[in-house]
Amino acid sequence: MSVTTDLEPVGFDEALTRYEPVFGLEVHVELGTATKMFCACDTTFGAEPNTQVCPVCLALPGALPVVNATAVESAIRIGLALNCSIASWCRFARKNYFYPDMPKNFQTSQYDEPIAFDGWMDVEVDGETFRVEIERAHMEEDTGKSLHVGGSTGRIHGASHSLLDYNRAGIPLVEIVTRPVVVPGDKAPAVARAYVQQLRELILALGVSDARMDQGSLRCDVNLSLRPAGTETLGTRSETKNVNSFRSVERAFRFEVGRHASLLDAGRSVVQETRHFHEDSGSTSSGREKSDAEDYRYFPEPDLVPVVPDAAWIEELRGTLPEQPSARRSRLQADWGLSDLDMRDVVGAGALDLVAATVEQGSSPAAARKWWLGELARAARERDVALDELGVSPTQVAEVQGLVDAGRVNDKLARQVFDGLLAGEGSPEEIVAARGLEVVSDDGALGEAVDRAIEANPDVAEKIRGGKQAAAGALIGAVMKEMRGQADAGRVRELIIERLS
Amino acid sequence: MSDPGTSAGITRADVAHLAGLSRIDLTDEELDRLAPQLAVILDSVATVSQVASQDIPPTSHAVPLQNVFREDVVRPGLTPEEALSGAPLVDQQRFAVPRILGEEA
Ligand SMILES: [Zn+2]
Repeated sequence: MSVTTDLEPVGFDEALTRYEPVFGLEVHVELGTATKMFCACDTTFGAEPNTQVCPVCLALPGALPVVNATAVESAIRIGLALNCSIASWCRFARKNYFYPDMPKNFQTSQYDEPIAFDGWMDVEVDGETFRVEIERAHMEEDTGKSLHVGGSTGRIHGASHSLLDYNRAGIPLVEIVTRPVVVPGDKAPAVARAYVQQLRELILALGVSDARMDQGSLRCDVNLSLRPAGTETLGTRSETKNVNSFRSVERAFRFEVGRHASLLDAGRSVVQETRHFHEDSGSTSSGREKSDAEDYRYFPEPDLVPVVPDAAWIEELRGTLPEQPSARRSRLQADWGLSDLDMRDVVGAGALDLVAATVEQGSSPAAARKWWLGELARAARERDVALDELGVSPTQVAEVQGLVDAGRVNDKLARQVFDGLLAGEGSPEEIVAARGLEVVSDDGALGEAVDRAIEANPDVAEKIRGGKQAAAGALIGAVMKEMRGQADAGRVRELIIERLS
Repeated sequence: MSDPGTSAGITRADVAHLAGLSRIDLTDEELDRLAPQLAVILDSVATVSQVASQDIPPTSHAVPLQNVFREDVVRPGLTPEEALSGAPLVDQQRFAVPRILGEEA
């Protein structure tokens, strides 16, 4: 177990006064191919244990692997989208280790010949752009899932044992590794988080994976070291695993900075080890030390021939790339006519895709932005959920705005329509009907209310007669109050001016 | 690291290390006997580099093939019964193995 738990972690801000963090991120993306990396087994998530296995992924004698063409294409497209060079010739390698999650006793991976290398991704935080350099993206296979059974329920004479399901063994993975990243320390955790967020956006836009952190199809390891401020040599790093949400990336980062700082302050050294992040406490605990056991004795996989993508294939795949997220943001900002600050608010609120989809459904950009960042953002905060988990769709928001544009509801009534949507009362039309929210623009009803308002406010009426049309606001307010906000304000103004001129 | 009694290729400590990685339990006597034998084998293989000059790339495959791919189409594999038929112990339709200590789930 860890020898470091006796030290109280130093506060993040305090740590930054003495140390500079250097971090790297390793992201594993489980590809969404129909079959495994080296065999034709089904990859559908959630099947009964050991129902998606064959002699290849169980490593039965004589079985031979064959590479999945779509997985290679996906890996190349990820590499191209990350501005990487694509290897003109590369091989798979055996990473040898004894652990029951791989029945072969090795994982087929790539070692010194990754399919993609030397790329970058620009990450935006608070309107500032930081370039994260990509060292490599390589192909490999996932491992099986172990279920650890305690002694009391075990059948091996009371001893604990592990139960293995190999459905996941052999599912294609692409591992994306950054170079060490150095950015101002106070920004670093947010840059790490934004990188993973943007990388996920890119993976989704490429359509190569569902990239669900909660189901493990996108997994992140945070490597972190500290060095005394103003020095250049890299310190000893820890590798934190189990970082399964964007928020956890930031929390794990900050925790490790504090832990490393407390060790270095006490004159102790950081142990190079794997650590596990605990979502509940926001802390990390020691996994295993990097030692002889990490001597993987890689060698070229003799059962698989080299992958040699020709230039024509690479260019064909380049032609299938989606718009870069950063380019898309710039384009949308220009289309919507937003200032940098306004755009930053939209992105920061996680509303970019929602606003874009609402605009696609016919809403004006200003209205779409107003609803998502106003009414709906408030509702999301109250419920402590993300905007896209609120249960209100861009189509519904566009429908509500359509009602506003048609003059059938005003902004105030629209808020009540959103209340109805959040309460699951049906479509905007149904809510307007059920709650009786439609504005009254019928001259008969409005005229009577206007007459009463004029009668009740003779001094205001006199001002308007005298040419002060701005004074009409007070009468409009009185009419709105009487009609519980459901009057057509534009028509009310016209009726007032008609009567008093 | 150098170990008297063996050639430059492989030391007794190297052999002990490799045996550990391979989960092979070797006695001191076996290490004494095997280390020099392995050294002889390595030395013999090393003579290849005397004839292979810099312009000859290392070979990893015996057959000059590349880009052997498979379409991404599912084919039926084994049933769970077939898959588990050779397992020493089965529990909950899974392969049961001794738990590896010192590892977290
Ligand atoms: Zn298989």
